[in-house]
Amino acid sequence: MEQVGQRKIDGMWLTVVGTAVLFFLILPTLIVIPMSFSGASYLEFPPTSFSFRWYTAYFTSAEWMSATKTSLIAAVLTTAIATPLGTLCAYGLHCSTPRIRSTAQILVIMPIVVPVILIAVGVFSLYAKLGLNYTLTGIVIAHTALALPFVIVTVMSGLQNYDFDQELAARSLGASRAYALWTVTVPQVKFSIQTGAFLAFITSLDEVVISMLVSGGEKATITRRMFNSLRDQLDPTIAAISTCLIIVSISALIGVQLIGRSKTADK
Amino acid sequence: MSSNAQSLPIDISNLCKAYGSVKALDDVSLNIAAGEFLTLLGPSGSGKTTLLMALAGFVRPDGGSLKFGGREMIATPPHKRGLGMVFQSYALFPFMTVAENVAYPLKIRGVSKSDQKTQAERALDTVQLGGYGDRRITQLSGGQRQRVALARAMVFEPQIILMDEPLSALDKKLREHMQIELKALHEKLDATVVYVTHDQREALTMSDRIAVVNHGRIEQIETPERLYRQPHSFFVADFIGESISAPVNVANDRAQLGERVLKSDLPIAQGRGGHRLVIRPELLEVTAGAVPETANDLSGRVKDIIYQGDSVLVIVQHDSAGEINLRVPSNRAGQTGLPSKGEQIGLALHPEDTIIVPEHVA
Repeated sequence: MEQVGQRKIDGMWLTVVGTAVLFFLILPTLIVIPMSFSGASYLEFPPTSFSFRWYTAYFTSAEWMSATKTSLIAAVLTTAIATPLGTLCAYGLHCSTPRIRSTAQILVIMPIVVPVILIAVGVFSLYAKLGLNYTLTGIVIAHTALALPFVIVTVMSGLQNYDFDQELAARSLGASRAYALWTVTVPQVKFSIQTGAFLAFITSLDEVVISMLVSGGEKATITRRMFNSLRDQLDPTIAAISTCLIIVSISALIGVQLIGRSKTADK
Repeated sequence: MSSNAQSLPIDISNLCKAYGSVKALDDVSLNIAAGEFLTLLGPSGSGKTTLLMALAGFVRPDGGSLKFGGREMIATPPHKRGLGMVFQSYALFPFMTVAENVAYPLKIRGVSKSDQKTQAERALDTVQLGGYGDRRITQLSGGQRQRVALARAMVFEPQIILMDEPLSALDKKLREHMQIELKALHEKLDATVVYVTHDQREALTMSDRIAVVNHGRIEQIETPERLYRQPHSFFVADFIGESISAPVNVANDRAQLGERVLKSDLPIAQGRGGHRLVIRPELLEVTAGAVPETANDLSGRVKDIIYQGDSVLVIVQHDSAGEINLRVPSNRAGQTGLPSKGEQIGLALHPEDTIIVPEHVA
């Protein structure tokens, strides 16, 4: 009896600490939302007046709109390239011998481990030679390299829970390897692929460091422009944009979760 | 064996496959007749699964030849070999219904939707799962899943069906039932079946012939009865059935156990290492008086009597063979005249049951 009581108290502690951690993690993110509806022409919290003026400022500014467009296009293209590429890479690693797999896994994780600033400097000097700085192609290539590890890691963990005999069975029944992969394996790691795609999208959309160096001019990303604006004229437009970005990220996350849930319900 | 024009013979010659220094397949040659039910039997790591995977095309041999019906297959990818295959894990597609699973090979072959439906239904009828087409895989029991896997492997009427320990995940009762059912199904189908198992009783029950695999080689290939009664090596004798053994001296085709010359009707196989006398507990005969001259005398003192339900295990201490196990049925006939612990017992091993094998095959 006493033990059960003890466990209940432990559980309560966990709840309290867990809630606190979540609170401190999320609060700084959420604080920009009320700030974005402020009527004042500087960032204030709590806001003293209410208005949509900073949203209007954002949506009517050609500069901001162009940067938003660049970022969204870059994120969509990065997702479109990194997802199939990362999935195939994960599949290849899954099928290879354990020795190759463990070595390759280290290489694959590299872009996450290496400080982004180093990658950014390297990419910048390489792009200078190739003429890719300040181009959409350049941004997409760099972001794809950053996003790939996330896709590979999520899809590989998905493949680990998948009975690979199914693909062999499909092939023995007459399916070519590609057809078996597409009709039998992919539908069963779909959720991992979707999660990987979501992470790739967010990786690209949120990326600042590389964008600071290799994007600019016509092809500046929204993160770069926000950074500049923080330095030059600090006004609540930033808060409005941040709120929009949070909404985009959260909707994407909810979308992935919903698809995942309908899939498990299917089972 | 139901031989017919549809099924294909399989000719394997000099197949080799090495993983590093381990020879998974060591120069394997084997001819499987059209329509035959052949079992690859061996302990885990013996190479039996590697051989099956080489037949399926999932393992690329380092060398050798593999022919289906005279056609070389060694470089043919798995999906062009036209095989049906059943896996240990069943490998059913969980996101498809039973009918969609069974129709999968038909869909690939471009069979029309309506034909897919009728053929899948017919296949499900054959495995006694008629009307289960709309069920989900997760709603089926282990035995039912096994049947679906079977239906899927035979729905496109393959001439060769490979099975990789398909019954090992089932409980004992269901497994024994499915063995009989699979055997009956094989007689109905026009297919050569290659079956992999490590369960010797399963192999004896189902096979036309059994190939015993050990260390990447085929130790012996025979019909179940001959394999049981005339093993060619100690490995085969020991792996199949219950037995105890004792070392014997062989010279000029005569084997000696201690001082006594053993009478045997069976040829003594040649091989490396010494020879051993293999004694199967159920082949010994308890004699009332002295052991007749025509049989080998293995009489000794009863050391222990162990009741095991369907039979009684009697452990007898023999002066030169050591402990001998004797199995007698637990009915009245088996128990009549059985001495009690510590008493002398007369044991006869008849010449036709006297198995003498070399330690290793040549």
